[in-house]
Amino acid sequence: MGVEGIGASVVRKEDRRFITGKGRYVDDIKLVGMTHAHFIRSPHAHAKIKSIDTSAAMEMPGVVGVLTGQQIVDDKIGNLICGWAITSKDGTGMKMGAWPAMAPETVRFVGQAVAVVIAETKNQARDAAEAVVVNYEELPAVPDIRAAIKPGAPQLHPEAPGNVIYDWTIGDEAATDAAFKSAANIVSLDITNNRLVPNAMEPRAAIAEYNEPEEHFTLYTTSQNPHVARLVLSAFYNIAQEHKLRVVAPDVGGGFGSKIFIYPEEMVALWASKKVGRPVKWTGDRTEAFLTDAHGRDHLTKAEMAFDKDNKVTGLRVKTYANLGGYMSLFSSSVPTYLYATLLSGQYNIPNIFAEVISVYTNTVPVDAYRGAGRPEASFVVERLMETAARQLNVDPAELRKKNFITQFPHQTPVIMAYDIGDFHASLDAAMKAIDYAGFPARQAKAKSEGKLRGLGVSCYIEACGIAPSKAVGSLGAGVGLWESAEVRVNPVGTIEVLTGSHSHGQGHETTFCQLIAERLGVPISQVQIVHGDTDKVQFGMGTYGSRSAAVGLTAILKAMEKVEAKAKKIAAHQLEASENDIVIENGEFKVAGTDKSLALPMVALAAYTAHNLPDGMEPGLKEGAFYDPTNFTFPAGAYICEMEVDAGTGKSTFVNFVAADDFGRLINPMIVEGQVHGGLAQGIGQALLEGAVYDSSGQLVTASFMDYTMPRADDLPSFKLSHTTTLCPGNPLGVKGCGEAGAIGASAAVINAITDAIGNNKLEMPATPDRVWHAIHGNA
Amino acid sequence: MSTVKLTVNGKAVSAEVEDRTLLVHLLRDHLNLTGTHVGCDTSQCGACVVHIDGRAVKSCTVLAGQAAGSTVTTIEGIAKGNELHPMQAAFRDNHGLQCGYCTPGMIMSAIDIVHRHNGNLDEATVRHELEGNICRCTGYHNIVKAVLDAAGRMKVAQAAE
Repeated sequence: MGVEGIGASVVRKEDRRFITGKGRYVDDIKLVGMTHAHFIRSPHAHAKIKSIDTSAAMEMPGVVGVLTGQQIVDDKIGNLICGWAITSKDGTGMKMGAWPAMAPETVRFVGQAVAVVIAETKNQARDAAEAVVVNYEELPAVPDIRAAIKPGAPQLHPEAPGNVIYDWTIGDEAATDAAFKSAANIVSLDITNNRLVPNAMEPRAAIAEYNEPEEHFTLYTTSQNPHVARLVLSAFYNIAQEHKLRVVAPDVGGGFGSKIFIYPEEMVALWASKKVGRPVKWTGDRTEAFLTDAHGRDHLTKAEMAFDKDNKVTGLRVKTYANLGGYMSLFSSSVPTYLYATLLSGQYNIPNIFAEVISVYTNTVPVDAYRGAGRPEASFVVERLMETAARQLNVDPAELRKKNFITQFPHQTPVIMAYDIGDFHASLDAAMKAIDYAGFPARQAKAKSEGKLRGLGVSCYIEACGIAPSKAVGSLGAGVGLWESAEVRVNPVGTIEVLTGSHSHGQGHETTFCQLIAERLGVPISQVQIVHGDTDKVQFGMGTYGSRSAAVGLTAILKAMEKVEAKAKKIAAHQLEASENDIVIENGEFKVAGTDKSLALPMVALAAYTAHNLPDGMEPGLKEGAFYDPTNFTFPAGAYICEMEVDAGTGKSTFVNFVAADDFGRLINPMIVEGQVHGGLAQGIGQALLEGAVYDSSGQLVTASFMDYTMPRADDLPSFKLSHTTTLCPGNPLGVKGCGEAGAIGASAAVINAITDAIGNNKLEMPATPDRVWHAIHGNA
Repeated sequence: MSTVKLTVNGKAVSAEVEDRTLLVHLLRDHLNLTGTHVGCDTSQCGACVVHIDGRAVKSCTVLAGQAAGSTVTTIEGIAKGNELHPMQAAFRDNHGLQCGYCTPGMIMSAIDIVHRHNGNLDEATVRHELEGNICRCTGYHNIVKAVLDAAGRMKVAQAAE
């Protein structure tokens, strides 16, 4: 490893612009002649639109246009799609209702857009929006899962009787039932996985510009995957053809999944820019983010685990209801199915698993992938069951886990996934050592003597990342392949541009991806530029989510690099009159092994472009592209242990310690990896202690601001103690597994296990607020 | 409409704005100082923090007119040429930022925190003082490290002056 190569904690290249205020986010961009959009949104969770009167608004100062849902339907703009087909257990397809970008007839969640005002300034658009009169006929609303599945519940979509989108199963039901029949012990839990709001700090935004003579659109948008946005916008929404649409995702202020999806606002901005003949900008405010960004989680689950007399797990049976909101968002169908139930084996050898997932419509904003996406829900089920079992069976929770760990790899679970490698004992041992597990009883006794309740919670998570092998996901219903593409251009002067389909919205790709080049060529990272986020520059890309940028995106860069190196070696060998097999690359030089003959990279590059003296038949230039499709998922795994102290008088939980031992395979930049873990842990802890979206019985989002929805703040969180154990991923040449989601996947169970241990009551829902904890301690009296 | 005159990052500026214009919009829309961000609409997130007459203030809670005659410093105004402010350098060196969106407000708040405590900070104080700034990426771990690091650097810089 060089000072800037793989494994070095290189300080980030991109930081200088962010710390000096020179980042360029969508809302920072101004175009000549730009107008501003403001959406008129439904105040009702479920209603018929009887009429929309835009006449007064049209007369307001600065108004350029007022457009409605009916017009978008009349213009044959396509409905929003869901890109993953799920088949119910009875063989029928998922029951999908229509989702127009603005509602022409019926609104199904508070905040759904029904019309848009385009004006010269943002304030003028807001003012005019006040003058748009919408007449609604309110309909009874279905605010949550329980209401949705009640017999006789109000129906959201005619396509989905009983509000059920699909009733899907995985695993062997008969074998699992048999395991439960012969079980020595059965542990069961009812679990609510609370609904979360992603809340990237940058609200979503879009600027659309239409060039009439060229019939060409440009869209600047807050996207984690601009090429996917372009593909979907062109292939399904009838707005622009793919070659007539450029999508740019510049600096993006966090995503966490919520910026994967194509939202109505981007569609409307594009369509409106052509209608009004001016560039149209929309920047969401925080309230709009709460009301319209896809939310996460929201499951109701009954889970049971069967054990034999030796405390070995023999079966797992899970029934989950998942809330997908009022419409099916882009990947919503896959999150509670293939991203959830396929991880229910956890780190354990479980011979029989059966899961049933019923996804339902409710009058709430659509629910889709949020950091971890299905895997936090699965991990929470498994790790809460394990902890509960240890208490019920009166055995040590770490020992119970160790007894059931998978130790032989590859390991085929009963729920599709084939784990390639791991060492679960190593990570749990590391975490136990870091927190002084053996010393806990003494610390607990001491706390008790001081009147405090102290608890310890373990969580051993596994996730499927490096999303994803295209053939495998295709066979499971995915509408796209999930490979990645890259291009490496060595310029004639020897500087290097790497174009990647991955997108950085905080992950630090501009640094880590350079580190691969530094490692391979021995050039300083200052000589390398990472180009991403622009469909006019990058050949294609599937974007960043599912902890895929290192395992898939960086491997694609490696594949392109290998081609560049092979050609450069040929050129160097020709110039140096040596055999290409004797050429080695060191410190930016192409050397003939065992001699003092060498050629610096710029000279090789120059030779490639002057083409005066290339091997016979060789094309000029030094630039190669690659598409890389992984052969399997990657399986990051680890152990988190949380020690909490609870004040029985107030119900307040305080962190004593939080340790994490993760196995991400090879680390490219340990500093950045640790930052990813910190952020993930904060989101997992936020779910456990603080966060929860609340809709009232009429479908109003009660928690629609930072005043009402508790975001983790600095004084809510501890400093974390991180460590790493390593098994190299055999599925990709870099041995990397991915680290972006781990913290969010593993943390919440550790926290709840710790608090329930402290208070001696296992019945505690997330978020475990002081109020809930107090009631769990003292009962509801 | 009113004319608002103030000093921003050491320069006298004047802008013709609607009376309802917030300081953050004066900075972003009229002066093109887009480093100051808007992350919420309830003055909770702190992405818009600037210094007014040396004190950290959420620029979304101040009308542009209220800032007339004052001296405003934004994230664009704290480095000395190419030399970063110690707080900026500490955020970079401690990986105290990821997506960068909350960062300007964090840095401006953090400088004020160090000043108000004369550089005498511990972890608990920093965490408490950062209550008005929300970050969704870092879990605050490295932000806290950065602020503590910068407090030391700022003391050294002050001693050298």
